[in-house]
Formats: sequence, C-alpha cells, structure tokens
Amino acid sequence: MTDQATTGRRSTDQATTGRRSTDQAMNRPATIPAATGQAAAPATREIPGTGAGHRHVLVAVVNNRPGVLNRVASLMRARNFNIDSLAVGHTERPDVSRMTITLHGDDVAVEQVAKQLYKLIDVLKVQDVSDEPRIEHELALIKVRATNSTRAEVLKIVELYKGRVVDVAADSVIVEATGTEDEIDALVALVGGFGIREMVRTGTTVMVRGPQVVEYEGAGK
Amino acid sequence: MLHESKPRGRTRIGADVLCEGLRRQGVDVIFGYPGGVLLPLYDVLGDYPELRHVLVRHEQGAAHAADGYARVTGRVGVCLATSGPGATNLVTGIANAMLDSIPMVAITGNVAAALLGKDAFQEIDITGITLPMTKHNYLVRDANELPHVIAEAFHIAQTGRPGPVHIDITKDALQQETQAPHPDAETVLAAIPGFRPTFEGHPRQLRLAAKLIDEARRPVILAGHGILLSGAWDQLREFAEKTQIPVTHTLLGIGAMDETHPLSYGYMGMHGWKHVNRAIQSSDLLIALGMRFDDRVTGKVSAYATGARIIHVDIDPAEIGKNVSVDVPIVGDVGRVLDALTPLVAARQPEDRAGYFAELADWRRGSEARSWHGSGAWRDGLLSADYVVEQIGAAADHDATLVADVGQNQMWVARYGGFRRPHSHLSSGGLGTMGYALPAAMGAAVGRPDKETWAICGDGGFQMTMQQLGTLVQEHIPVKIAILDNTKLGMIRQWQELIYSGNYHSSHLMGPDYLKLAEAYGIAAFRATTPDEVPAAIEAARAIDGPALVHFRIADEQNVFPFMPAGKGLSDLIEEWGGADE
Ligand SMILES: Cc1ncc(C[n+]2csc(CCOP(=O)(O)OP(=O)(O)O)c2C)c(N)n1
Repeated sequence: MTDQATTGRRSTDQATTGRRSTDQAMNRPATIPAATGQAAAPATREIPGTGAGHRHVLVAVVNNRPGVLNRVASLMRARNFNIDSLAVGHTERPDVSRMTITLHGDDVAVEQVAKQLYKLIDVLKVQDVSDEPRIEHELALIKVRATNSTRAEVLKIVELYKGRVVDVAADSVIVEATGTEDEIDALVALVGGFGIREMVRTGTTVMVRGPQVVEYEGAGK
Repeated sequence: MLHESKPRGRTRIGADVLCEGLRRQGVDVIFGYPGGVLLPLYDVLGDYPELRHVLVRHEQGAAHAADGYARVTGRVGVCLATSGPGATNLVTGIANAMLDSIPMVAITGNVAAALLGKDAFQEIDITGITLPMTKHNYLVRDANELPHVIAEAFHIAQTGRPGPVHIDITKDALQQETQAPHPDAETVLAAIPGFRPTFEGHPRQLRLAAKLIDEARRPVILAGHGILLSGAWDQLREFAEKTQIPVTHTLLGIGAMDETHPLSYGYMGMHGWKHVNRAIQSSDLLIALGMRFDDRVTGKVSAYATGARIIHVDIDPAEIGKNVSVDVPIVGDVGRVLDALTPLVAARQPEDRAGYFAELADWRRGSEARSWHGSGAWRDGLLSADYVVEQIGAAADHDATLVADVGQNQMWVARYGGFRRPHSHLSSGGLGTMGYALPAAMGAAVGRPDKETWAICGDGGFQMTMQQLGTLVQEHIPVKIAILDNTKLGMIRQWQELIYSGNYHSSHLMGPDYLKLAEAYGIAAFRATTPDEVPAAIEAARAIDGPALVHFRIADEQNVFPFMPAGKGLSDLIEEWGGADE
C-alpha cells in the first residue's frame, strides 16, 4: 500500500461557515437566513445535529496525564456520541498526546463533539481535518490461516496490497498492513477467504499534508 | 496532656496546606462531615479558627449547603466528606451543582495511596464517579501537589461558566510533611493552557445582533441564570430599558430583574405563565442571555418560536447550537457582552411599541386572572398553596431568600414568590433534586446572615433531608421552614391525574407530626390549616430568633397550572382541568 491522501467527503448541504476547525472562541460568522415570519408556513424549527451525517476525522491534542483518555471516552459516552475509532499516543512532546477520533454525524453534531471536548481542561486543541488533504493510516495485524497449499496465494495478495508478512507458522501467517480504513477493509475481505484466526487494528491516525500543523495552546513550552 | 490541641509550631503537613489554601482563596466556611481518612485534617482544623466548619447531618446536605452558599454570595462553596460512603453521599449535591453551573469545590479524603485500587476499607473510585459531573477533578497523592491543585481548582470552579470541581486527597498526603509553597495566579494560569474562556463578544457578532434587534417588531429577552452568575442584572435592565424589550426569565433567571419592573414579563416554560409562553411563540426575535434552551423551557423544539430568529449569548460555546439552532451566536460573559451591545442598539420609547405592549398587557391580564387564588382558598375553603407562597414572599417585603424544593412547591414558589432582587430565589433547576431546599437554605443563611432565609418544601422533599434540623440547631442557623403539606408527592399525583387517568400509585405519602418533630429538636413550630391562619403563622416564625418551622396543611389535590405535557410544544399549555377553580 502506498501512502495515499484522502480528501474528506464534503457534504453538499454543509453550512457555509467557511471554517471547519472549531476554535474555542466559537464566534463564527453567522449566515442569517431569510426572515421566517408568517409567510414561511408550515414553520418548524430545525433540531440541531439531525442532518445527514458523514464521516469526520477529529484531531484532539491533550495533556499526557493519567486519566485523560478516560475523560475523553467518558464524555463521548455521556454525551451519546458514537465514535468509530479512537487512536492515541504521545507526540514530539512527552507531556502532550494526540488523539485521532473518527465518527459519523452532521457538521453541527460533530462541532458539538468538538465543543464538548474543549470543555475538558486537559484538551488543548480540537480540529476537524475532514476537509484537509491528509495522510490517514491505521495499522492492522491479521493472523491468516495459511497451509502449504494456500500460503503462496496469501503471500501474493499481501504483496499486492503492500502488506508485510511478519511471522510464519506451520498453518498461519501474521500480516501487517498499514493504510486507510478502506484499504485495510479491502485486504481483510480478500484474505478473509482463507480464514482469519485473529485480527487487531489500531484505529485511524491522521496528519494533514504539507507544511501546516495542528497548532495548540501551550505549544512550544 | 492528651486532649491539648497541637501547638502552632508543629510541622506543616498536607492537611495544613489544604487549610492554608482554602484561606488564601477567601473561604470562611466548610460544610463537612468527618471520617477515618479525614482525621488528620480534623486534627488541624482547630488551628484555623477563620475556617468555620459546619457539621451537617448527611453529606448530601453538605454539598447542597455549599451550593446555597455559593448562589447567594457568588463565591465558591466548599464541602468536605470522607472516603467511600461519605464521598458517594456528596454525589447528588455535586451533580446538582454541575447542572446549575454552581461554583463549588468538593473535597474528599481517600485511603492511603498504597491501598488505592485494593478495595480497601471505605475505598471507592470516587474520581471515576465524579468525572462526568464535575468541571474537573483531581486525585492527589502527594502533599507537594496540594497547593497548586487547590489554587487551580478554585480558578476553574469560578472562571468562565462556573461549576463544581472535586479534589480527592489520600490520607497519607494529608499527613505528609511538606514545605511546598502556594503558587501565584500566573503559575496557575500557565499550567492550564487548555482553559481560556472567552469573555468578550466578537465585534462582528455584536453588530449583527444590534441590526436584528433594531429591526425586530416583537422582540423578547430570555434572561437566564447567566445574568445572575455574571452579576449582569444592571446591564440587563439598562439594555431592556434602552430597547424597550420585555424581559422573560427561566426558572434560574428569576431575580435577574425586579418582577415589578414594567418591562419584566414573567416566568417561561413548562409551568410558566401562559402570556409569557405566548409572547415567545409569537416573537420575531428571541434574545437569549445566559440561558441554555433546556427542554423545560422550549417544549418540543420543532414547534418552538417558529417565527423567531435567535440571538444567543452564552459563555459556554457548547451551549450555542446544542438544543436549538441560532442565527447570531455570541460567546462571552453576558455582562460584558451587554456592555458592548447596548451602545450599538437604537433607543426606543414605550410609545414605539404601543401596539405590541397593549397586546402583551392584555394577554397578561387574562392569564394572571386565571391561575390565582387571592382569597387563599382553593376548593371547599381548603388552603391554597399559591396564596401561602405569596404571603411568605410579601412578609419580608420581597427581600428574603426563598429556597424552593422540587415538585409543585417549586413551581408555586417560582410563580408566586414575588422576586425583586438577585439571588433571592434558589431552586434546583437542572437536576430537580428533592431534598434540596433545607440544606441549601442552610448554606444560603450562612452566606447571607443579613437576609431572612426560607426553605419552602413539599412534605415529600422535606422528609428527604429533614435530618438537617439538627444542624440548624447546633449551628444556630436561623432558617425558616415552610412545609406545604398536601400528604402527597404532589407533582407525581398531578401527572397521574392529568396523564395517567388518575391511577394514583405510590403518590400518597404519610408524614410525621411536624410540630412534634420540630419540638424534638427544640425548634419553634407553627401550623396553618386555613387561609386566615396563614399570616399569623408566618409572622410567628419570623419573630423567632433562630430556626422555625411552619406546617401549612394545604389542599391535597391542588394542581399547578399551566402545565405543558411532556413532548408537547409551548403552545399546548393546559391551563385548567375539571373546573375553573383550579
Ligand atoms: C430525589 C428525587 N426523587 C424523585 C424525584 C421525582 N419527583 C419529582 S416531584 C416529586 C414529588 C414531590 O413531592 P413533594 O416533595 O411532596 O412536593 P409537592 O410536589 O407535593 O409540592 C417527585 C417524587 C425527584 N425530583 N427527586
């Protein structure tokens, strides 16, 4: 698998607020809709967060302290937000960790997630990178059934997908694969026919392409 | 000598650091209850006579008292409990403070660090429990960290949107010798780069808001708790007077504006005044100031004020666009936002809104006449609760602090208490915690000894926390208690009557002889069972120098109207039921 940029799917009905990174000071420019008033019947008020959802990738920069992962996970559960994956590890600074969170929802719902995350004292920055050109990778280890008769075929598929075989046993191999969620899903589907004995995936990690970085409060100290 | 208190010259331990830290934050009272792991602290508390310790009768009451203290003083309330059951008893009070944005620091002891995670005696993962119901929490195992944690906790509790912060301290940290100094404000700030609330509204947003305000023909102000938390009642009044926009308020926004002010229009929502909800439903611009569009305020969101644009001012960005979509969001401290906004809006005269005001006045006359028992009697001459509440409010010329419990009594207090000054009305809004009134009134009376303080409870709620009568006596806290006794869990009974076709399961409630109960504690007590006995009973209680209790035997089956059934919209208020005498 080659490094492959994924560009976020842009939902066409997205509010044109122009900005996807949710700054703490959420004084975003408002687009004032046309006056509702008597003419617009039957008038109903839209309920926020109930629009058509799509996949979002959030980066959360947090203090690397005991319990911070728990705070984030607890908030997600308590606020009834469904996350698809969450990957965490420390950054170039040992006291700072970075999470990649993938989830589905409309823009308002995901902005609400970001704003709730900001309320955690240990959260330094939240950025929705769904619209940025980016490298999005996760790592999977897949233990595939592979006998003398099927091993060659398994290896061929793995090679085709730029995966790596990192362990060979009499009746199985461990395949290591990195790539986007979709790419790994595709590989899993292909080797699935041989029989998957065990699998573990890290969840997606992300980095925006080019010179820009996710800036955060308290950086560079 | 065995009982001699330790001399000041002894070594400084974690417990001292805690006391010093509290003093440095200006704390003068702690509502607490001791236990094994807190004994090192109680061993030194006597060395800090500036820290008054109020010994409660149950830790839930300690948290509610700290909450009541915070609401009336605007300062951080402090409560203290031991590990395990002491800590879990605090939880309801912490949750209550969280949902109502009350600045509070809750302190618990825990077992020695080496025993953490071992299911030691009275060990519970209390920081795990309080995590989702606090603004932030800490587990401290090293006394050297305590000075910083205390300063940070107080900063977080009272900065931005206030809320409770919990500090759990292991017993060995309380005992540990330490020389750690207390940090200055700058050090505290530098350690929490992720906590930088926004105070000033964005200028562009302010201009957009001003434009909408100038164009609106039927604007309504929705004043919430934020006005009180921000101390912005003067700014609210000035803004309303300049623009001539009527002010409605949420449950916790009561007191944000004097109810007798010509622009004060009343209490909104599920049990709010029909004229208020009508004004909101027919508005073309809602100006929401420090409120959060709670479901008790909006009813069914899809049917909420469908012809109105919304300007929403709140210090918590996450509240904006959470429950309703808004047209102009303004993140900031509502007082500072109004300081900047008022000069931008056009001045109006009452005559400019003559038609609008005439209609509003007409609605108001109608709805007020419908739900009011000025004679004091409900059906068959039975004592009417709204009259009792009105009489209590009037007795101290609307200057007393009235602390409501939860249920029908809470709605009667909100509707008929007659509030004229900020912080004169306390209520458990978000959590709706029965048993809140008495302990919260205790804290309120300690925080504002210059104000007469009433706890107004249903018989159900009173029985939940009545053990605090002992605290009132021992600590000489002069709370006046009004029990609105309908021998029912009234609000439950009301729903059963209105929604569950009169299937009254478990809503009838027996109680003690409240006068004898008070007498057992040495508390003066009075009773009123008919309207004409009410004023004298209130005056008798007021004349007592100390706590007093009045048992009002009200009608069993009086309902609170209007009433918005769950899942309905604000326009679907039920105003009467089975006869006009409701
Ligand atoms: C701790 C708690 N338990 C249960 C409830 C549910 N509840 C809400 S109102 C109410 C009845 C209250 O009865 P009472 O205290 O007698 O007051 P009334 O409604 O009669 O004024 C109950 C049980 C609650 N709000 N809080």
